[in-house]
Amino acid sequence: MTSHDTVVSAPIIDPSIPIINDFSLVVATENGSGSQTANNTLIRAIFKMGVPVSGKNLFPSNISGLPTWYTIRVSHQGYAARREYSEILVAYNPRTSDEDLSKLPAGGVCIHPADMKFTTPRSDVVYYPVPVKDFLKEIAPPQHLRDYIINMSYVGVVTQLFNISRDEIESALMHHFNGKRKAVDLNLRMVDLAIAHTVASLPKQDPFRVEPLDKTAGKILIDGNTAAGIGAVVGGVGIVAWYPITPSTSLVDAITEYAPKLRPAVDDKVNYAIIQAEDELAAAGMIVGAGWAGVRAMTATSGPGLSLMNEFGGLAHFAEVPIVIWDIMRMGPSTGLPTRVSQGDILSAYYLGHGDSQHICLLPGDMSECFSFAGTAFDLAERFQTPVLVLSDLDLGMNNWMTAPFEYPETPFDRGKILHTASFEQFLADHDNKWGRYRDVDGDGITYRTIPGNQHPRAGWLGRGTGHNEQAVYSERSEDWQRNMERLSRKLETARTHVPAPVVDARAGATVGIIGYGSTSDAIAEARDQLRAQGIETSSMRLRSLPLNDEVRAFVAAFDVVYVVELNQDSQMLQLLCAHAPKHAGNLAPVNLCDGLPLTATFITNRILAHRASAQK
Amino acid sequence: MTATTTRPTNRIGLTTQDYQGGTSTLCAGCGHNSITSQIISACYDLSLDPASVIKMSGIGCSSKTPAYFLGRSFGFNTLHGRMPSVSTGAMLANRTMTAIGVSGDGDTGSIGFGQFKHMMRRNVPMVYIVENNGVYGLTKGQHSATADVGQHLKYAGTNSLPPIDICAEAIAADCGFVARSFSGDAKQLRELIKAAISYEGTAVIDIISPCVTFNNEDDSSKSYAYGKDKEERIQDIQFIQSFEEVVVDYEPGSEQIVKLHDGPTIKLRKLTREYDATDRWAAIKLLEESRNADIFVTGLIHINESRPTLQQTMSLIDEPLAYQTEAQLRPSRAAFAAVMAEF
Ligand SMILES: Cc1ncc(C[n+]2csc(CCOP(=O)(O)OP(=O)(O)O)c2C)c(N)n1
Ligand code: SF4
Ligand SMILES: [Mg+2]
Repeated sequence: MTSHDTVVSAPIIDPSIPIINDFSLVVATENGSGSQTANNTLIRAIFKMGVPVSGKNLFPSNISGLPTWYTIRVSHQGYAARREYSEILVAYNPRTSDEDLSKLPAGGVCIHPADMKFTTPRSDVVYYPVPVKDFLKEIAPPQHLRDYIINMSYVGVVTQLFNISRDEIESALMHHFNGKRKAVDLNLRMVDLAIAHTVASLPKQDPFRVEPLDKTAGKILIDGNTAAGIGAVVGGVGIVAWYPITPSTSLVDAITEYAPKLRPAVDDKVNYAIIQAEDELAAAGMIVGAGWAGVRAMTATSGPGLSLMNEFGGLAHFAEVPIVIWDIMRMGPSTGLPTRVSQGDILSAYYLGHGDSQHICLLPGDMSECFSFAGTAFDLAERFQTPVLVLSDLDLGMNNWMTAPFEYPETPFDRGKILHTASFEQFLADHDNKWGRYRDVDGDGITYRTIPGNQHPRAGWLGRGTGHNEQAVYSERSEDWQRNMERLSRKLETARTHVPAPVVDARAGATVGIIGYGSTSDAIAEARDQLRAQGIETSSMRLRSLPLNDEVRAFVAAFDVVYVVELNQDSQMLQLLCAHAPKHAGNLAPVNLCDGLPLTATFITNRILAHRASAQK
Repeated sequence: MTATTTRPTNRIGLTTQDYQGGTSTLCAGCGHNSITSQIISACYDLSLDPASVIKMSGIGCSSKTPAYFLGRSFGFNTLHGRMPSVSTGAMLANRTMTAIGVSGDGDTGSIGFGQFKHMMRRNVPMVYIVENNGVYGLTKGQHSATADVGQHLKYAGTNSLPPIDICAEAIAADCGFVARSFSGDAKQLRELIKAAISYEGTAVIDIISPCVTFNNEDDSSKSYAYGKDKEERIQDIQFIQSFEEVVVDYEPGSEQIVKLHDGPTIKLRKLTREYDATDRWAAIKLLEESRNADIFVTGLIHINESRPTLQQTMSLIDEPLAYQTEAQLRPSRAAFAAVMAEF
């Protein structure tokens, strides 16, 4: 099935019919040219006008020079997924301008530097040339700021053409530059020049407009890695050990930025450590040591780093050490497509280790979950004394999303079954004076744990990856090994009912089910509206964790066809669903894509329509 | 924790028995067992509270030994070559603990080499013992990276690659406590272990510890025969606790007194050669010269107390992070609101 099956496609734009708060704009620039400030300024201004907006950065793995695209979607319906096409192009990269122009739908808009030449100009789009060089001459910015200021010229033109509030542009710049008036004024001069030029010389010939709404009041714009970083600090993180890798780096950057604000130093001393390890293997080792010693410890990485953590994942599972691994998924092995999104680590994360280890995985689907799952992950890791993997991705982690502000957590930490000196004494009194680090006294597979510093002479134990009995003593007896593995399986069963349950949206009359998770949620929601418009009612289930529970099995069983939407080649979640609901595995159909881009609603809709059409043949 | 027998007790009322662990499962005569005994003696002599010690190791015969000493203490037998990272995390989590780590020459010199170097670079407070037998004991007799050129093993044949010198690597990594010893030299070993435990940062002791099963031929530089024949102590070392009096017995210039942070003293009495253990360059020269002359020098090769520990570098609070309460870890509502207001 390719996109030739397209049923939902780009409409023809009629310039005489106004299009208000429902379009996409793509900014094409060179990587490293400082367009991020310009794009964030536009997004924030639109957002502050009360209009739902989302931004996605499609950038290359490169420091400067390669092409980069930034898409801004304005949507009064609140749709935040990427779209297949944008109606408005800001063509500021001469090296891609021809290709960019060719992708515009008929009736689209092209804003470009006046001196840019297109080899195959189109007659069915509207052009707005911007005399960037003239503006530059007039402003004469310092050389090192030149690129930034150039980009402010398209901000001005876009602002004027599409009715964006100039005051909100100014406020957004004030926000960006932390109120530094001089920087703001330099940028504003370019914006204002461009606005004036647009008023005087670029008569409006297109139907696109932003009109103020009240749909963003009380909301904030944030990226998932920042949300997670703040969440981790709020969630009591003690040690962060990491090794830089896109797209996870900004998560640790957020911890570094917000920890001093949230948990300020006392007498210049802090109660957390952020340590850059020599590699991911060492990062994993450090958090295993820290988790074993009783601290809430985490790392953030991406696929290649997760591979290196494999041996430690198995050890922590078997020695039962709480750790949290944030995997901000990106595309491919080694360098792969390091700046492109994927959900390709589902299986490797779930089974991290040498085999016979299934891990609790959390699947945040929006900003508030990126924030709250940071704390949930620590709670679950300590409750179950085991690794918890949080599988976010580049789209969630690095792009800006609209969300309600995060709530201060009202539930206390769950430190699990941990015994300190006094509680250990009490435990012995309550349990016939018997204790074993790996004795399952409660029948839920979770045993009691002590940590270094416990003063009781019987509290100490030796952690190990070797076979051990309930006393944590080395054992090669088959019965000991088997009993321990059975207990670990029992623990997984307990976890199944404790991890965040899926979110179901059941619609009356639904004939098909859709299962998705993570960053595809917005595309799925929009696709469901498109399908409904085609007369197909759907119910959806958004998975929020592994292991899968009974509710998931029931959902799979409830429909003749359940589409599983995911961003990977091998339909990895679908594989887990087949194993989880084998009797109904035939109901499952993949809607998967592995192209490195955030998923679009039209892809899902068209794939489902094509599948239905072929089923009817 | 009171002694009910007539066995002697130390200052905290414990007997040597209280510092024992499980029964060793290593080969009879394995050098590693002698080191275990000296760790037990040193901890007893220091009156270390077993509850304040964490025992760390990697994987190998040597790394099994933490099960055989300080049975009351917490410990972690980690992954092959990964003791440094796990110890780093543990010591950040609880800086009040004393970490005693045991590794092997394979564990440290090959698979764990990178972690070993980075741990020293960070100056993670721990005693890092390498039980060096020039061979992989647990996997039955392959050459390790510390094997000398010409080392011959029954199955693995003759080694032709130059050895990695654990002490030279430690000095290059700016480790502030570098010692070499021999598992057959009980007294020196015990004093060195006591000094290492009392040292504030990473303390590396490279101990030649013969593998009687796979590498104890007389011509091997990791054999008992070689150790007995070729050992040259660079000093006579005596560890003096802070409450003990330091008696200067010898004429000026014949002794070097090193005061450690917490008050104890290391007294180094000159033997045949002039040697200043605080001089890093002298240490490098000594290692190079002894290697060329086929001399097995032992003793405190280098000491430098000027580097901050990792916990100091990270400006950690004095209390263990692991014992921070929820009230200490949760940001205030006001701080949280202020951060949310930034967006
Ligand atoms: C990742 C991994 N690779 C290989 C092994 C197998 N292995 C166990 S011990 C060992 C070598 C141990 O040598 P050394 O550190 O010198 O210890 P010794 O037994 O000589 O005391 C190896 C290769 C392992 N346990 N883990
Ligand atoms: S094989 Fe060698 S190193 Fe291992 S226990 Fe036996 S003697 Fe010791
Ligand atoms: Mg060895």
